[in-house]
Amino acid sequence: MTTALKRTPLYHEHVAAGARMVPFGGWEMPVQYTGIIEEHRATRGAVGLFDVSHMGEFEVEGPGALAALQHLTTNDVAALEVGQIQYSVLCYPNGTIVDDLTVYRMSDERYMLTVNAGNIDKDWAHVTKSTEHFKDAQWRNSSEGTGLIAVQGPNAEALVGRLADRDVTAIGYYRFARGTVGEVPTLISRTGYTGEDGFELYAPADGTAQLWKALLGAGRADGATPVGLGARDTLRLEMKYALYGNDIDDTTNALEAGLGWVVKPAKAEFIGREALEKVRAEGLRRRLVGIEMVDKAVARHGYPIKKDGRAVGIVTSGSYGPSVDKYIGIAYVETALAAVGTALEVEIRGQDKAAQIVRTPFHASKVKKPG
Amino acid sequence: MANVPKDLKYTREHEWAKQEGDRVRVGITAYAQEQLGDVVFVELPKVGARVTATKNFGVVESVKAVSDLFAPISGEVAEVNGELGQKPEIVNQDPYGKGWMLVVKPSSKGEWDQLLTAQQYEELIAQGGH
Repeated sequence: MTTALKRTPLYHEHVAAGARMVPFGGWEMPVQYTGIIEEHRATRGAVGLFDVSHMGEFEVEGPGALAALQHLTTNDVAALEVGQIQYSVLCYPNGTIVDDLTVYRMSDERYMLTVNAGNIDKDWAHVTKSTEHFKDAQWRNSSEGTGLIAVQGPNAEALVGRLADRDVTAIGYYRFARGTVGEVPTLISRTGYTGEDGFELYAPADGTAQLWKALLGAGRADGATPVGLGARDTLRLEMKYALYGNDIDDTTNALEAGLGWVVKPAKAEFIGREALEKVRAEGLRRRLVGIEMVDKAVARHGYPIKKDGRAVGIVTSGSYGPSVDKYIGIAYVETALAAVGTALEVEIRGQDKAAQIVRTPFHASKVKKPG
Repeated sequence: MANVPKDLKYTREHEWAKQEGDRVRVGITAYAQEQLGDVVFVELPKVGARVTATKNFGVVESVKAVSDLFAPISGEVAEVNGELGQKPEIVNQDPYGKGWMLVVKPSSKGEWDQLLTAQQYEELIAQGGH
């Protein structure tokens, strides 16, 4: 472990709670408090509190902000209303992925981007350099001054609602509002990475500990539990949400990763559009699919996928899914073999273990749909 | 500090060994299961297989990670804990009891003395386990 690891505003809360701290993307983060499976179940059954302050936030403002974001991201930013959020992708010119992110429209000419912790420096260089020629767009990296707590699970709405100075039930999925939660000024975002209903609460770094304590204190009756990165990973795995560095990176293109729904070539020019149009025209060579082990074994990132002994793909994520009680994974597989029900093998320590492609998400999503 | 029973011997890789007449029972320590977190899969050799001291005899997987298991002594596998196939979490709940992994018929007597005593193992984990 190096001494250069960064700490979130909640570091001391985690240590005091007995969390096991591990290095993650340059940060010292809690991987678990009591146990990954217990924290996973608490999120699905009640409400989990996640410190995701390590994520990065960039802001871009000005008459040229929309054009800069249209150039940078694959989704159609012009479709965003003020108060709305969009999932999107930053691509390289060859269509592979710099990062996945969410884009918030804060006001007419101001936007916020939330990016992965391990990619903050790379993304900052990419977005500022790639938009140098957009004169009327000012960028600001607000990552250091911003804390972020995800509140996820069936009791999230009741818990946040009790602490908020406004009606949070009116905030639709992928919408946000400003307010206070536990008397801390907060951007209340109806988003998450678990497949449960819930919120992501952006707060000033110096107010994040107060917000965390307020949620834990008020949440006792709701079964609120701090949840580490271990369960965050199993929760997102059960939803087949891609994780940068595991399932998507600068060697995978956005279409084969199953992110075609946020790639909008008709909107305007953007970085990677030409390459992705070519991929679309030529057809995908491989697709990201969900697999379930038939033989008893655990698929892990990097294990080869085979069909009758021939290498046909690779596992990108895999573990035990506590809510589905199965060994599940995400894998790239040749397009011809990517249909649900296809029998495959995963090579595990030199042995081929039976698996099959299944429908995803593995566990039914409970997110609040736009109403 | 994790529980380290005085009547057992230990490996540097966090397995325990218990003399039971002319046989040796093997499992992983309380410290090991704490470090691993929730155990979700255990792969063990079959009865009759041979294991070799300090060599890999199987695998234990937690939600996050895969870890090799190392034999404390050489010999033939006389029993395997089949219950771990259905309930791997027993390794977390009772690492020195119901979470045992193998019973081995040792092929050489000298290896027993090479194993760490409880005191030596306690010193090892006090230094961070490496």
